[in-house]
Amino acid sequence: MKRTIFSNQLLPWLLLAPQLAITFIFFLWPAGQAVRQSFLREDAFGINSSFVGLTNFRALLSSPEYMNSLQVTAVFAVSVTIMSMGVALLLAIAVDRMLKSARVYTTLLVWPYAVAPAVAGILWWFIFNPTIGVMPYVLDVVGYDWNHISSKTDAMLLVVIASAWKQISYNFLFFVAGLQAIPASMREAAAIDGAGPVRRFFDITFPLLSPTTFFLLVVNIVYAMFDTFGVIDATTEGGPAQATNIMVYKVYFDGFIGQNIGSSAAQSVILMLLVISLTVIQFRWVEKKVEY
Amino acid sequence: MASITLENVGKVYPGGTRAVGDVSIDIADGELIVLVGPSGCGKSTLLRMVAGLESITEGEVRIGDRIVNRVEPADRDIAMVFQNYALYPHMSVRQNLAYGLKNRGTPRSEIKRRVDEAAEILQIGPFLDRKPRALSGGQRQRVAMGRAIVREPAAFLFDEPLSNLDAKLRVAMRLEIKQLQKRLRTTSLYVTHDQLEAMTLADRLVVLNGGRVEQIGTALEVYRRPASVFVAGFIGSPAMNLLDARALPHLPGSAHAGTIGIRPEDLTVTPDGPIEFSVTAVEELGAQRLVHGLANGEAMTITQPSDATLSDNMRLSFDRGNLHLFNRETGRRID
Repeated sequence: MKRTIFSNQLLPWLLLAPQLAITFIFFLWPAGQAVRQSFLREDAFGINSSFVGLTNFRALLSSPEYMNSLQVTAVFAVSVTIMSMGVALLLAIAVDRMLKSARVYTTLLVWPYAVAPAVAGILWWFIFNPTIGVMPYVLDVVGYDWNHISSKTDAMLLVVIASAWKQISYNFLFFVAGLQAIPASMREAAAIDGAGPVRRFFDITFPLLSPTTFFLLVVNIVYAMFDTFGVIDATTEGGPAQATNIMVYKVYFDGFIGQNIGSSAAQSVILMLLVISLTVIQFRWVEKKVEY
Repeated sequence: MASITLENVGKVYPGGTRAVGDVSIDIADGELIVLVGPSGCGKSTLLRMVAGLESITEGEVRIGDRIVNRVEPADRDIAMVFQNYALYPHMSVRQNLAYGLKNRGTPRSEIKRRVDEAAEILQIGPFLDRKPRALSGGQRQRVAMGRAIVREPAAFLFDEPLSNLDAKLRVAMRLEIKQLQKRLRTTSLYVTHDQLEAMTLADRLVVLNGGRVEQIGTALEVYRRPASVFVAGFIGSPAMNLLDARALPHLPGSAHAGTIGIRPEDLTVTPDGPIEFSVTAVEELGAQRLVHGLANGEAMTITQPSDATLSDNMRLSFDRGNLHLFNRETGRRID
């Protein structure tokens, strides 16, 4: 890397300013506000707020509703990650084996990524709508009565599918790139070494893909925890009976609908800490384990 | 141990491109055959067809008595050394060597015995627990060889295994491969574009051009009696002088030949020689020098001892027996 020495002390700061401003205005400042508000309680009219220490956190951690939300978030995040990465990997392997028109498929498969989360939510809401949707009609034929408005399982399935669908494109691109970076001779050597296609995948391809896989794991978990608000809001709004009320949705719901700013702020602080620690743990692990 | 037979083997890609045509080679048990030719001559394709990595569209490949056209690579009882070694980067050297045996259900004690034996032969014992990335190019090359020999296969297939090494190491490894092959007596098919590597290694070499066999023979046979203009120009360094017979009508045989070939070392400087030679450049090689020049307008090179006195215009003579005559239309040798 080239090292440049600035004679002017101000210039480097000026060059950094746009990025620093964005980080400050859109991350540090709101995050700081959230931390501050998490220690406060507002009165019923939103005029005064008083310092209450850790009361908001204590209330949250002893609330069964919040515990439920934690659990729902865990199930949701794990399901979305497994589903989006699993399907993406299958598609990537299929495309990697193709000789012709792999490019066309790649382009087509990337399109869903351009769809906004709320639109994706609406799309799947229509497809799975118990009265007018096509999927419940199909499922009815095989004897399954789909109703995500009353069934907790169906609701969870719906939000998982809608959230995972969007992320598949992104994962797919990375997996295709990862697969294409593996030299063909490696797989040929394994074939001569007597490993069948399945064995070859698990012994050679998958381990060599692991840097890609772990990177995507981090990205997908963060996506499922933070960026799926739109999908939830457009489909189930956290229901039925809190079954899909993931943490990020609950932050919004308690804060903006329930007007309990203190609790909402405390929740966002917990969510933030959770994602930061997950990311740190994963990257630590990635550094140690994935390198070869 | 087994012989390998290629019978009228050809490869046509979907879309009609022909890579290899009508190749027939008999490789005896324990023999080392080198496929040599310029890039794009089909030598790698041919090797990959024997390995089973490329489908055989024409003809027949037999390993031992068995036709293997439709046999999976794993079941052909061959081992291959790749140009980029294709070592599994996430496995230790020991795991790399053991992988093929493990997949075939070899007992653990047997795997250990064979891996240790191969490590002993190739002197890679100290690196057995390292990952490939911690090894130098030459060590990786040895591991790649080790992976082939632990399997104790019927045949070794080498796909330009030395081309990623530096010149000095290449010469050393070339000798090692030759010695190893003589010691193990395993039938081997070796692909290279380097004619010197081909000549030094081969029991017999197969010169390929444009997907077809130009000549099969021992290094000396091919060197002394090249079967075509292509072989004459490809084998030997410095390359044989190939002269248009029309430009040198006074040479014997020029009446019915298209091209006359004579090796640089077969030309001698004599005051009354039949060829007039004007020097244009001199290259020093240490023990000898290459003298480039023109004879009747045709480019020509001769070798001279480094202490020989040179003048700008010299006369050259040759022994008639050292002339190689080639047909004008077909480029084949005329005797």
